[in-house]
Amino acid sequence: MSFYSDKVMSHFKNPKNVGEIKNADGIGEIGNPICGDMMVFYIKVDNNDIIEEVKYKTFGCVAAIAVSSIVSEMALGKSIQEVKKISNCDVAKALGGLPPNKMHCSNLGAQALHKAIENYESRCKK
Amino acid sequence: MDKKNVYLDNQTSTKLDDRVFNSMKPFFLENYFNPQSVYFLANHSRLALELARSQVAKLINADKQEIIFTSCGSEANNLAIKGIANALKYKGKHIIVSSIEHSSVLNSSKKLIAEGFEISYLKVNSKGEVITEQLISLLRKDTILVSIQYANPEIGTIQNIKKLASVVKNNNINNNFVAFHTDAVSACSSVQINVKDLNIDALTISSSIIHGPKGAAALYLKDKVPIVSQIDGGIQENYKRAGTENIPAIVGFGKACEIINNESFKNNVFIKNLRDKLITGILTKLKHVSLNGSIKNRLVGNVNFSVNFIEGESLVLFLDNYGIMISSGSACSNKNLKISTVLDAIGINNFLGQGTITFNLSKFNTENDINYVLEKLPYIVQKLRNISPVYSKFLNENKQEMI
Ligand code: FES
Repeated sequence: MSFYSDKVMSHFKNPKNVGEIKNADGIGEIGNPICGDMMVFYIKVDNNDIIEEVKYKTFGCVAAIAVSSIVSEMALGKSIQEVKKISNCDVAKALGGLPPNKMHCSNLGAQALHKAIENYESRCKK
Repeated sequence: MDKKNVYLDNQTSTKLDDRVFNSMKPFFLENYFNPQSVYFLANHSRLALELARSQVAKLINADKQEIIFTSCGSEANNLAIKGIANALKYKGKHIIVSSIEHSSVLNSSKKLIAEGFEISYLKVNSKGEVITEQLISLLRKDTILVSIQYANPEIGTIQNIKKLASVVKNNNINNNFVAFHTDAVSACSSVQINVKDLNIDALTISSSIIHGPKGAAALYLKDKVPIVSQIDGGIQENYKRAGTENIPAIVGFGKACEIINNESFKNNVFIKNLRDKLITGILTKLKHVSLNGSIKNRLVGNVNFSVNFIEGESLVLFLDNYGIMISSGSACSNKNLKISTVLDAIGINNFLGQGTITFNLSKFNTENDINYVLEKLPYIVQKLRNISPVYSKFLNENKQEMI
């Protein structure tokens, strides 16, 4: 059995939605306190509060890259309210599980995305 | 180039040499006798055991009686550290080890702390070399044992063991006998070792990374140097290591040593050429990479690079996807999520350490293997850099310069 699930490996090998958004509506950056890695999420939100575009960049392990890829897929086309509910567990589950010592990498994805939403919401208030 | 398997992790495990395999075969189905048995046919096992002992001894210019067979390098290191420390503890309880030792040396010495021993750690410089002056300053009246790894499997640095041993032997702080042990597991396939000339007391050598089988290793212990056995039982290995001898593995180990003795000179030239081709290739094809370890005192097969802006585990598994097998010392690829002790000891910053990868070549590699790596690696590194936020930050900051 390999270390990572097939789902993790396929996202890792072909990560979806990689990149940056020039005029993003929200940006969320997060560092992994354990290994020092880093993830940045960019979102574009339409008038109905639906995420119409999501991109990210990740410096990290296989799990971290796969996590960012699946999180981007989970968020795309969803409403802000729905996306706020995505939890670390949802992410790990969607990837067919992660090795125990890699669970902390799954936190990065949801956290970075939530931070991007916070960032978007704080801009709206202004 | 089509996908192929390229194995470049030869400090972890090695492919068995065909001749080694053939030498072992009769000891499974025909000569399966215990060498300690008295009937006639057991002679085969006895003779095979003693032949292997001479072959191992010859490789390091030891006497045959000075070789103690063990099951692996870790066991030999445990025996050396715990066994010598316990035999000499009436003289003192201070031990010096380098900070880049194999975990079997680090952890067996750590275990001795509970028994009242004190451990001092030798630092290394940025190339991974032990600093002689620091060794001198650490020596105390109650020092009984010094253990310094011969060569490091991760960054390839080879220590000047002869000089370090003589510093210990000729110090004027401690007139007692101070035992000097070196873990030569990574060195023994390519570095010419002469224990008499080095004037050392103990040395660890292992079969599994010299194209021999797993399950055999040895501790060279100089005649008259005291040791307390760590596995107690029968009379095997002159009471120094009990347990039925693993004859097939020991036979293969002996054969592997004989082959090194006859062929390592030729193989070293070959491997070093491939290594240098890989180093030059990486340096010309990749930007923002740095070679770790010493250039001059380096294992012939070792290449260790820090690749900036990316993380090692993802690089290793991406290469694996193309059949290229290497290892990484990054935090993410270590089970404990810490950067490797060796990278930490040479003072690499965490960030650069994250992108550190190690190649260890062997005589079974080919020029084609290296070409294949040099074709795939730049592409994969670029792919990972394109995902990396740190790389895009770097590009943005350096836009001016790039134009
Ligand atoms: S990002 Fe470092 S372990 Fe996953």
